[in-house]
Amino acid sequence: MSIRTPLGVSGPAVSDVKTTVISNKAVNAEYLQLTLEAPEPAPSALPGQFFHLECNSDRPSNLLLRRPMSIYKADPVSGTVEFLYKVTGVGTRAMAALAPGQSIRILGPLGVGFKLQPNWRRIAVLGRGVGLATLAPLAEFAKMQGIGVSAILSARTAALVMSVDRFAAAGAKISIVLDSDGTSSPDNVARILRSCVCDGVDAFFTCGSSRLMLLMQSLGKEFKIAGQVALEQQMACGLGMCFCCVRYFKTSNGTESRRVCVQGPVFNLEEVLPWS
Amino acid sequence: MVVDLRVDVGGLSLQNPVMPASGTFAEGLAALVPFGKLGASVTKTVTSELREGNPVRRAAEVCGGVIWNIGIPSKGVDHFINDTLPFYRQFKTPLIVSVSAPTANGFAEIVERLAIPGVSAIEANISCPNLEENGDSFAARPGATERVVQKLRKATRLPLWVKLTPNTGEVPAVARAAADAGADALVVANTILAMAIDIETFQPKLGGIMGGLSGPAVKPIVLRMAYQCAKSVKIPIVGCGGICSADDAVEYMLAGASAVQVGMATFVRPDSMLQIIEGLSAFCHRKGIKRVAELTGAVQDGTLDIHAIEAAVA
Repeated sequence: MSIRTPLGVSGPAVSDVKTTVISNKAVNAEYLQLTLEAPEPAPSALPGQFFHLECNSDRPSNLLLRRPMSIYKADPVSGTVEFLYKVTGVGTRAMAALAPGQSIRILGPLGVGFKLQPNWRRIAVLGRGVGLATLAPLAEFAKMQGIGVSAILSARTAALVMSVDRFAAAGAKISIVLDSDGTSSPDNVARILRSCVCDGVDAFFTCGSSRLMLLMQSLGKEFKIAGQVALEQQMACGLGMCFCCVRYFKTSNGTESRRVCVQGPVFNLEEVLPWS
Repeated sequence: MVVDLRVDVGGLSLQNPVMPASGTFAEGLAALVPFGKLGASVTKTVTSELREGNPVRRAAEVCGGVIWNIGIPSKGVDHFINDTLPFYRQFKTPLIVSVSAPTANGFAEIVERLAIPGVSAIEANISCPNLEENGDSFAARPGATERVVQKLRKATRLPLWVKLTPNTGEVPAVARAAADAGADALVVANTILAMAIDIETFQPKLGGIMGGLSGPAVKPIVLRMAYQCAKSVKIPIVGCGGICSADDAVEYMLAGASAVQVGMATFVRPDSMLQIIEGLSAFCHRKGIKRVAELTGAVQDGTLDIHAIEAAVA
């Protein structure tokens, strides 16, 4: 009997797989990078999709919900997946304690990833903080399809800008903006984004900041450039069942909530409402 | 020895006693769990009216569980009949449709709409702590329970399961009220009204301030309720509260449950229900119990000696 299901229609199948930690180490003062050896379908995940990571594999009695993590890198050739994360609570603290050789279950790939149109020539990506981890594979995905990338990478300090090498390897035209020298101000980011538009941009992409999302949304409206935003939200099931992970969107009828786990995490930029 | 896992629950014969708790199960799980292996499928609560659900944040993780404040988002009964029900018709597993309404008449109206092929039984959610202000619900008092279950009983010929609340001091009286009014089974229980506060921001951790606690933390409390209900009524009990393993399921059955519902465990391990079904079979095999139904109410509180049974089998 074939089972019709709304999941897995636009990407690889969903599976809960046992993976092995290859490495788990700090990339800067705040973020850690977790590299896992994972069986299929995990390494075939698409940019913008995410996995739901089990944080208490060794103690099932101490029940913790899984933690959703967007894909930093998924490589079917080496059979690995990578995540970038910050320790913010009990779940990520448990993740940070994982040593090479230990196992962790990951559920996925989940959700709707980024979409690129074959006729696009260039895209602009704007990210901040851990949002850069979500956008790095998009830049590589764009390069593979012959689409140029203009990347604006925002962070508090130079030491916290992540994945610059990944964007560079994807041939992106990179602008780094920082809180520490004032270059991350909305006015300056808007100025850079406008210059990207002048160079010719077919689509906008953003992740990691409500404020930057609003900026990109407003410029997208001004220049009639379509956009996509990858959202985060506290999540429980990851499979569209519990309705925990909703964000709010404006529609012709008013406001509507949508589930980040199955309707996203990548949504149309035009409709999303600010979240913090 | 092949263990017979079949159980009878309130007018339905199930191939095994394991099913999902309402609100923790939907089409999305079919990618990972063959629904045909479950004792039953249980839908998220359906309401007649459209409901957006509560403001975020909708969940707060606490020691041993999660406090939920989802608020029963619902696209209405027409959407359920036209878009959700056809999906479940592809499985032979009985489908239990959870329903709720703000009034007793509203409950009657929605179950009248559900007397259609594909619906095996009704689970009347008269106990959601997030549906009404201050966590109040029909199931908090015997009188209100009796009135709403009477209306439901008159409105449907389908097996009628009634989901009770732990947020009451009158558990046995509420259980008897539901049974006397015509319920075919009791689901014991919904979540426990709870709260959590972020001490850094002084703000409640949930958008709706209070919510319902589920998970291992509630298991001893709800197990006690299931026992009290089983002692109070003759209709079957479906245990629901913190069941994460076959051991937990066995404990509920010993307390008097004929079947069990699994909720939060599915969020951590999507295949939890399958593991519990296998574990129940293994447990019965180890104990020399031929039918899992023999576990129901077999707690040794003065009427049965498990050691004698095991000695006889050995």
